[in-house]
Amino acid sequence: MSTYDPNVAPKVSNKPIIWSLFAAGGTVTALLTPVLVLLFALAVPLGILPAEMFSYARMESLLASPLIRLVVFGILFLSLWHTAHRMRITVHDFGLRSDGAAVFVFYGLAAIATIVLAVALI
Amino acid sequence: MSTKTSILPVVGSHHRTLEVEVLRYDPDKDDKPYYQTYQVPCEEEWVILDVINYIKDNLDRTLSYRWSCHMAVCGSCGMMVNGEPTLTCASFVRDMPAKIRVEPLENFPVARDLIVDMDSFVEKLSSVKPYIIAADERTVEDGTFTQLPAQLADYMSYTHCINCLLCYAACPQVNLNEGFVGPAALALAHRYNLDSRDKGRSVREDVVASNAGIWECSFVGACSEVCPKHVDPAAAIQQIKIAATGDYFINFLMPWKKSKNTDEASSGGGK
Ligand code: SF4
Ligand code: FES
Repeated sequence: MSTYDPNVAPKVSNKPIIWSLFAAGGTVTALLTPVLVLLFALAVPLGILPAEMFSYARMESLLASPLIRLVVFGILFLSLWHTAHRMRITVHDFGLRSDGAAVFVFYGLAAIATIVLAVALI
Repeated sequence: MSTKTSILPVVGSHHRTLEVEVLRYDPDKDDKPYYQTYQVPCEEEWVILDVINYIKDNLDRTLSYRWSCHMAVCGSCGMMVNGEPTLTCASFVRDMPAKIRVEPLENFPVARDLIVDMDSFVEKLSSVKPYIIAADERTVEDGTFTQLPAQLADYMSYTHCINCLLCYAACPQVNLNEGFVGPAALALAHRYNLDSRDKGRSVREDVVASNAGIWECSFVGACSEVCPKHVDPAAAIQQIKIAATGDYFINFLMPWKKSKNTDEASSGGGK
């Protein structure tokens, strides 16, 4: 929490670093989640698309391409950091005023998950 | 022919008694605020401000509150009505239940009765330098600025703010952190940033893009919901976030660009 004080020269924040990931992640998930819901919650259960289209073997063969792996990594990476920052704000909005702890926990988890992702996909 | 005799409302004929609970506080006499209830005979065409004026004129001369224009222009009559930040000259009795509670605007210290102390807001407003900061000193010989209608349209909606402070009363972040620069001041900063005549964005960013500025906003959007002038401060703040993020990375990659810009413009006055 930071306070505007007319007697202290304010400083430009470094929030853009995390906010750019947050904004990009929000955009990506907002665009992709409806597609996933359409495919896996509607199209497949209703029999519009055959379930074999999304079989494990097919998905795995898709990931054989490094380009696709990079795209998947990008999507998951952005969604992760979006979630981490969203959780930090949510905790703040609920009135828990220990921003440092929230940063440590949520960004820490996102950082660990990023490393795991990178190792698994790249 | 229609059987209806008139489609016009019959002014002055819809009497209704409103029970009005008003927060009272006189710092010289009262230890703490209390509520006082008045029964007000109103007409359906009245606005809440008429009800309060009726109390002042006929029931209780000691009641203190601010108002001036009675037409949603001066911005001084903002109050909490049934817990909602409300411009009392622009909200009608006919939309209210039989009993209403009127309180001073939330998130500000109460000066007396329905009057809040808005000094902190005035300070925040001047901190964002809400005036045109031109790139070069302009002389009379240079003539006036020119601006296309499209350039005017870019910032027009953000000029409509009347400083009524409803957005500050509605904002949960102002409530959590009284140092947050807040919706109206940031929207006004955006209004000047968008103005084709203005080159002061990087100067304003010292405050606007600080942690107490746009980054304290978590895009709840309550400010835009209550704004009586449809200024949409929430949108303004998100747009500044995007611009400030771009500026941050540009300054990071090309530090020489920023320092040049700031030196020129910061000599242009302000506090
Ligand atoms: S932005 Fe809207 S709600 Fe806020 S002070 Fe201006 S007119 Fe009032
Ligand atoms: S009295 Fe001026 S805005 Fe309400």
